[in-house]
This record gives sequence, structure tokens and C-alpha cells, in this order.
Amino acid sequence: MASLDRVKVLVLGDSGVGKSSVVHLLCQNQVLGNPSWTVGCSVDVRVHDYREGTPEEKTYYIELWDVGGSVGSASSVKSTRAVFYNFVNGIILVHDLTNKKSSQNLYPWSLEALSKDSSPTGIIVSNGDYDREQFAENSVPLLLIGTKFDQIPENKRNDVLTRTAFLSEDFNAEEINLDCTNPRYLAAGSSNAVKLSRFFDKVIEKRYFTRDPSQMQSFTDRRRFNFKSLHND
Amino acid sequence: SYRSVSIPPQVRQYVVQVVFSVTFAFSCTMFELIIFEILGVLNSTSRYFHWKLNLYVILLVLIFVVPFYIGYFVVSNIRLLQRQRLLFSCVVWFTFMYFFWKLGDPFPILSPKHGILSIEQLISRVGVIGVTLMALLSGFGAVNCPYTYMSYFLRNVTDSDILALERRLLQTMDMIVSKKKRIAMTRRQMYQRGEEQNKQTGFWGMIKSVTSSPSGSENLSVIQQEVDALEELSRQLFLETVDLQATKERIEYSKTFQGKYFNFLGYFFSIYCVWKIFMVKFWSQHISFILVGIIIVTSIRGLLITLTKFFYAISSSKSSNVIVLVLAQIMGMYFVSSVLLMRMSMPLEYRTIVTEVLGELQFNFYHRWFDVIFLVSALSSILFLYLAHKQAPEKHMTL
Repeated sequence: MASLDRVKVLVLGDSGVGKSSVVHLLCQNQVLGNPSWTVGCSVDVRVHDYREGTPEEKTYYIELWDVGGSVGSASSVKSTRAVFYNFVNGIILVHDLTNKKSSQNLYPWSLEALSKDSSPTGIIVSNGDYDREQFAENSVPLLLIGTKFDQIPENKRNDVLTRTAFLSEDFNAEEINLDCTNPRYLAAGSSNAVKLSRFFDKVIEKRYFTRDPSQMQSFTDRRRFNFKSLHND
Repeated sequence: SYRSVSIPPQVRQYVVQVVFSVTFAFSCTMFELIIFEILGVLNSTSRYFHWKLNLYVILLVLIFVVPFYIGYFVVSNIRLLQRQRLLFSCVVWFTFMYFFWKLGDPFPILSPKHGILSIEQLISRVGVIGVTLMALLSGFGAVNCPYTYMSYFLRNVTDSDILALERRLLQTMDMIVSKKKRIAMTRRQMYQRGEEQNKQTGFWGMIKSVTSSPSGSENLSVIQQEVDALEELSRQLFLETVDLQATKERIEYSKTFQGKYFNFLGYFFSIYCVWKIFMVKFWSQHISFILVGIIIVTSIRGLLITLTKFFYAISSSKSSNVIVLVLAQIMGMYFVSSVLLMRMSMPLEYRTIVTEVLGELQFNFYHRWFDVIFLVSALSSILFLYLAHKQAPEKHMTL
């Protein structure tokens, strides 16, 4: 398993927010026709031109790992899906703009993946100070994607955008709000496409061009794949 | 279990929340009234009044309100019928009423002296449905409870079993990733070559495009099929790993003090359940009533938990309204039948109020019907669990 050549980005969020649709849009440039519940983890590959348009342009194959489930899942499910959180180079957090709970659940989601919370109990973090502390030292690039933007009525849009602005501040991440059934939101040249490109560039930079080698596998889970202990049994 | 993985989309419709809450509230009040009856709380005439009131409300909800709204929301989901929603909901409701009424034919639940508009007509039918449900669930519960909690049945799962499965899972994911990379690379090349091909004009251009290597689309469909198979495998491996993890946690739990306590309770109730299966009436009436009460409470708790898991497993943003209403219907009918059946275990002096309120139904029929369905359900569950238990260890041996 040559982990040297891999760029892995997790896609996290509650069930039904549209992670599979987002991943399909990002990787196939098409709208997903028949979304269904994701069991376990589904992976897709995005072809990304790093530093597009410059002399340093290079093509990378970024793996998007769409991990299904909810923050309230049984602990057996959480232990199992923790195997997918190894060697992560970036995280895309997806939430449903029409569902406030899915936005709040991004905190326990990100904590679960970043392994800082040793017992992910699904308690919603609402205290602003607590968030900043957790994410201040985080070096894994994050991106926020809000879905079902078209289903927000005009008069509520400002409130929703204010809310997501707070989120993006807490996570220290860019935010993109879109409708997964409309590829126009990510059309080339749009500000969303630029943010997306910048995010993936940042992921690749942190992955390959960082000077500190200890940051390459910053969030390996504590008890996973300790092959030495396996042989000592 | 893995089934409780998704958070259901919010049930937005206020009316659905209200209907469910009302059903639950009036169901619980019935049990309250039974307890009041036994403890002698409140004046007996006011108790009778509240019984009647509660019963009428619950029947109104279970026979008119909930089925109508179920029809309404189902019809709302179907685009063709959406324009004439109210009309079609009424059609659905009348169909429901027809079958509901027909339910009375095969069962000897009424004596001929009951008029056609009497309350006994409605309760008797609700009772049949609810009693069937109760018996099915109790039969399954009586078998499943010892199976789940008694450590004798827990398969031995070690950490290395789990690690090995996880390794297989990640290997499968890696294979999927490398194949998808190949597909993406090939597609990109085809796209770029496609652009060049479009520029090839004329006779020589045509020859060139025909003789160039056909690496493109045939390979792609083969790889895509391999990917589909691998993805199916990854899902299975994921579910198996979750299953092993859950078993391991149950083993760990059974070693704790709490686990041992519930294990003991499990043995105790298993013996009582087995006794009930073979219908030995050894206990005195009062103890029997308490134990049946406990079984009903735990089975109602089990019912609500099962219904919740079921709801999480199958709900989507379109169907969550319908599902909540169906659950309210099941819950209401279950509660009404509990009252019917409790009469059997209640000491004689308290039976009169139940008989007075519910009218002169053929209670014996319900008891016999319950016993039959309970037996059938318990035996089928034993068979089912036996097969499942036998099959499972072989799955993990192919490592």
C-alpha cells in the first residue's frame, strides 16, 4: 500500500445531507441521478490540476472518501468507520442548509475524524470558545459545503448565510453553498470553483510540499494498525 | 445493530408531531387509569368517566384521524394524485374502513346482541390487530431476550479477528481506489484524444482514427464492473466488522457488574418465558399480574426501541411523515390490546371496570388468540435464531 502517492480527503456529514451527490459532482462533473443510502464508505477519484495555468501545473488524483452514518451511531459502527480516518490529508464537511442540526453535528463529526475527542459521544458542541481551541491547532485543511441552497426561501437566505459564516470561522475553513442537482454552482471560473481549487491545492501542498515531515500523518488514530502488537499476541 | 446508523430527516409537519403525541399520551393514560383502579385513586364514577373519555378519544384517533392522515401523506408523495389529495385520501380511508370492518368476519369476537354502531364493534377489531402484534412481539422477545443477554450464546470474538477483517476491508477500498484512478486516467486520455480526433479530417484522418488502439471504452466497462463487485464486497465487509465489534462490546459488557446483573435477570425471565410457552399456571394471580405487567412494560419499551430503529432504517425525507403515523397507529393498537389482555392477569375485583368500560367482548377469544400467535412466533423465532447462529461463525472462518 504505497501511501506515498496518495492524497486522501474525507467527506463527512450527517446522513441525507447529500455527501454522495457532492462527491459525484466533484469527481464526475455530473449530477447524481439515483442517490441512495451509503453503507460503510464509498470512494471516488477527482482529477485535479494543481496550480492550473502556471508552469508548475501537475495532475493529481485526489481520493474522496465518503463515510456514511450519523454522529449518534452505535459505538460498534463508530469503531468500525474509524479505520477510514487514517492518513487523511483534508476534510470536506457537508451540511444541509435547510437542517440546522446537520450543521451543528459537524463539530462532533470533525472531532471524531481528527481523533482529538477520545469518546465521540455525539454531544453537540455549542460553546464558541471550546470550538476555537479545538480547531486552532488543527493543520488538516477543512472545507465547508452547504447543500440544498435552492430550497432556502429568499427571505431566509441572509440568516442562513450568517450562520454558515460563523461555522466557517469556527472551523477556519472556506465555505461553498450549492445545490447538488445544478452543476452551474461549480462552473469553471465561478467563485465556488476557485475556492474548491484553492482547497485542493492547499491539501496537496500540505501533503507534498510541507517542510515538517511529522505533519504528513498528523492524525493517525491511536490504536489502528499496530502490526507489532498483532504479531506479539 | 448497524441499522440504527442514519439520522432521519426532521418530521416537519406539525400535525404529524401532534397526532403522534396525542396517541402516545392517551395510550399512557389508559395504563394510568388501571393503576388508579388498583390503588383506589379518584372517585370510582370519575374513573369510569375518564376511562370512557379516554377510550373514545383513542378510538377516534386510531380509526379516523391516523388512517386518514396516513392516506393523505402517502397520496401527497405520489405526484399523479397530488392535485386531488383530499379526494384520494378519503378513498384510501374508505378502503381502510372496509377491510377494517371485514376483519370482524373470521373472528368470533362479538355476540349477536351488539348493534352495528356500538363501541364493541370498533374495539373488538382494534383488539384483534393489537393482540396479534403483541403476541408476535412477545413471542420473538421471549426467545430473543435470553439469546441476546445470556453469555452462553455469545460467539467468541478476539481483537485479531476484528483487525483481520478491517485489514481486508481497507485492502478492498484500496483496490477500488486504484481501479477508479485507472478509469479517471483513461477517461482523461480519451477526452484529450477525442479533441485531437475531432481535428483529424479528410481521408487520412479517418484511417488514423480507425487504426488507433481501441484502449478506451471496452476496458472501461470491464473495470467498472470490477469496481461494482468490489464495492459490494466492501459493504459486506463493513457490516461484518460492525457485527464483530458489537459482539465484542457485548462480551465486554457481560463481564461488568451491570452486565452480570442483566444476565441473571435474563436467566430469570427466560425461565418465566419458557414456562409461559408451555402454559403452566403455577403462580398465584397477583404475582402473575405483576410479572405480566413487567413483561408488558419491557415489551412496550422494546417495541418503542424497535420501532425507532425501524424508523431510522427506512425513513427518508419523503416518507418520514407516513412512517411516524404508521408507528403511532401500531403503538395505539398495541396499547389498547394490552389493556384487553391485562384483564386476564388482573385480580377478579379489578376486572369488572375493564369489562364495564370495554363492553362485553369475548375476552376468552383474545386470550386464546394471543396464546396461539405467541406460540407460533416463539417457535419461528427459535428456528430463525438457530439458523442465524449456525450460519454466522462460518462467515468469519473464510479469512
